[in-house]
Amino acid sequence: MLGHGILHLHDRAPGVRHEESTVDFLTYTAGLGFAIVLTIVSFVIVKTNLLWGPGIPVGLIVLAFAQIGVHLVFFLHMGTGPDHTNNVVALTFGMMICFLVITGSLVIMTNLNANMMDMPHPLR
Amino acid sequence: MTVTSLADIAPHHLAPGRGGGGPAPTRIVVAYGFWIFLLSDIILFSGLFAAYAVLANSTARGPTGQQLFDLNTVFIETMALLVSSYTAGLAMLSAEWQHRSRFFVFAALTFVLGAAFVGIEISEFAGMVSEGAGPSRSAFLSAFFTLVGTHGAHVTTGLLWLLYMVAQVAVKGLRPAILQRLLCFSLFWHALDIVWVGVFTLVYLFGVR
Repeated sequence: MLGHGILHLHDRAPGVRHEESTVDFLTYTAGLGFAIVLTIVSFVIVKTNLLWGPGIPVGLIVLAFAQIGVHLVFFLHMGTGPDHTNNVVALTFGMMICFLVITGSLVIMTNLNANMMDMPHPLR
Repeated sequence: MTVTSLADIAPHHLAPGRGGGGPAPTRIVVAYGFWIFLLSDIILFSGLFAAYAVLANSTARGPTGQQLFDLNTVFIETMALLVSSYTAGLAMLSAEWQHRSRFFVFAALTFVLGAAFVGIEISEFAGMVSEGAGPSRSAFLSAFFTLVGTHGAHVTTGLLWLLYMVAQVAVKGLRPAILQRLLCFSLFWHALDIVWVGVFTLVYLFGVR
């Protein structure tokens, strides 16, 4: 390292913070707390009738995305600073591919199933 | 005129690796490359997720997720992996602060929790196969075993990698090169936990509804 004064010039690696302090420990602990709460809420809304039935899938998807966000921010230390640009651009691209693969498959297969003739039961 | 510091040649808004001030430090390049690998791994999982989502109802009149899944064990599994992600983070922090003994404690906790996760998953799989609900029973079960099994294989690989890292720290100490490898390991472990969030939501919680 070239010295502390110019550290802010560097790119940042995913999962790394520059100022090593107790803040890091608190970040991980807060992340664990949020993640546990979100996990418990997802399990609770499936096991109980707290949420209106048809709303449960939407609720689960929202909770899953929230938890993924918590993991990215608190465990992988993704941020919005300029030192994170490369990591976030790569992440965004990856998420876009995942979205295309999953929703694309679902849309195409639902369409194909809808266009299928009724099959005799043993073949389904 | 002599250049006295990097600040003279690199404007403050230009980080190295984007043209200003020369190439980025190895640590940044290595972690970025590994990040790209992890994203490609997540894209692999997205294919398996898509297959599962498409085939989830193709049970061939065999057992459905509602009959097979036990949410209590899945909850324990989830907590084990989540807390292991936390202890892996603390192990990485201890390593960066050069606390060797604390690193070993957190690495051991991470290993135990990860092994508990894999153990629960193996017993779940064994139970399903013995009930006649193996991967060859229906398209739903093929997709289930492929998706969850691939994740389990990743966690198992992670456990072996963790053992290897502990051995490296024990023999070579917390040198910069070792810290770089540890950083990659902790990224891998956190990424597996992110994939698991998708698995327990899409497979288990949607499955028992």
